[in-house]
Amino acid sequence: MSAVAEAAAPRPARRAAPRPGRAAARALLAGAGLVACWWLFVWATDQPHFILPSPARVAAALAERWDIILGHAWITLQEILLGLALGAGLGVAAALLLMAFPPARRWLLPVLLASQAVPVFAIAPLLTLWMGFGMASKIAMATIIIFFPVASAFYDGLRRAEPGWLDLAATMGASRRAILLRIRLPAALPALASGLRVAAAVAPIGAVVGEWVGASAGLGYLMLHANGRSQTDLMFAALFVLAAMALALWFALDAALRAVLPWQPDRISEGETTP
Amino acid sequence: MDCGRSPPSPGLSLRIPGFAFAGVPVLGAFALELRGGETTALLGPSGSGKSTLLRMVAGLLPAPAGARIAAADGGPVAGRLAWMAQQDLLLPWLDLLGNVMLGARLRGEAPDRARALRLIEAVGLAGRERARPAELSGGMRQRAALARTLMEDRPFVLMDEPFSAVDAPTRHRLQGLAARLLAGRTVLLVTHDPLEAMRLAHRVLVLRGSPAVPVEVPVPAAAPPREAHDVAVLTAQGALLESLAEATAEAA
Repeated sequence: MSAVAEAAAPRPARRAAPRPGRAAARALLAGAGLVACWWLFVWATDQPHFILPSPARVAAALAERWDIILGHAWITLQEILLGLALGAGLGVAAALLLMAFPPARRWLLPVLLASQAVPVFAIAPLLTLWMGFGMASKIAMATIIIFFPVASAFYDGLRRAEPGWLDLAATMGASRRAILLRIRLPAALPALASGLRVAAAVAPIGAVVGEWVGASAGLGYLMLHANGRSQTDLMFAALFVLAAMALALWFALDAALRAVLPWQPDRISEGETTP
Repeated sequence: MDCGRSPPSPGLSLRIPGFAFAGVPVLGAFALELRGGETTALLGPSGSGKSTLLRMVAGLLPAPAGARIAAADGGPVAGRLAWMAQQDLLLPWLDLLGNVMLGARLRGEAPDRARALRLIEAVGLAGRERARPAELSGGMRQRAALARTLMEDRPFVLMDEPFSAVDAPTRHRLQGLAARLLAGRTVLLVTHDPLEAMRLAHRVLVLRGSPAVPVEVPVPAAAPPREAHDVAVLTAQGALLESLAEATAEAA
């Protein structure tokens, strides 16, 4: 069959991957620059420490109150992860339901869209009233805030499967179920991944807002508590831990999604989806 | 290499009472007999309804009332045809072997792995079974699509400009390969390429007029596949090109 071995110029499989080491170094350098600016500002304007503590004070608070901060961080992390799992699971199920059953589409879709008109933060006090000051109301808050981006991104992906693939599957005698599970679903995974990235970014917001409204534990509670006592350095330390946690979550999820969707980076390099 | 099929492919008879799209008549009334085991090429200006007709035969478009699309042996058409489009339509998340065995997978049947491997070898892609589509060149992807089409092992094969997305030398080789591997099947080939039609087809039809109906044009006496440098093929190609130009002028 060498007669048909035409120029097999395989496309450059993947554009040179951005070196993670260098990106991390850049992020670190930018972070150091910001801290330096912060320090300079505090020093130059002579801010009282209960208005804006210097980085050194925040670091000291972090070191001294480490055990307390960690305990509260653990609570918040559980709320975020459980909310993420629940919200993503419900979002995926809702998108599949909408795709599989046209009546669900007619009845559920308008309700879903209308529900987004209600500011999620406005119902936080209600959730606390109904579910108490414990973790449940915060998990519910995170779940609600995560559900919509996941459901809408995944549903869009399911709907927008390449029409040619659907034609091909139809001529092959595929059932509706097989088309949904073997064509639409895998085709929608990159869209689902985008939804999950957004979800990971907003999940901490849901948990912390829930804690602000009424809680007895968690980083949001700790920040509010410290703020009330003018322990601004402790508040900043908690904020720092929260941001670090959110970043770690986002990068871990991003790495996991890249690992399970190896065909997706190509699409990004071709500019078909926004990274 | 045994990649062909044993029972002879039946003919296909089409009777179309006309077809309008959004109120505009596209296809006129006509009847057409595709002879069993032969390749029929269908050409025509853009918008003349070539792809519409092909999609109707494939069951992807509901046939108009009064239309009849029937196999000459009395059996069904649906479930006995394979479809090959202009795009390779390979699924990016499956490797080459998975793509070739897609049909069985979608129907929930156990795929014939040995046969898939033989077909991959027949289209010259042996050794690339585990490659994802993104790792293959355009020509290789189209050969993979051809292997997937043959894997379906259907008497009727419908092709919609199957080689128009690749460069000319690659197309030339793909045509030779397709002619060899599709021999004996009843093929309806929609194409823009007069040379492709003259190389591969037993019969060549041009959709002419408004609304369009198929008009047969003469083909060289030799049986396909014909050589591209054959004088008779080149002469027939020239005549076909003129007929297409007239058809385009009529449609404008």
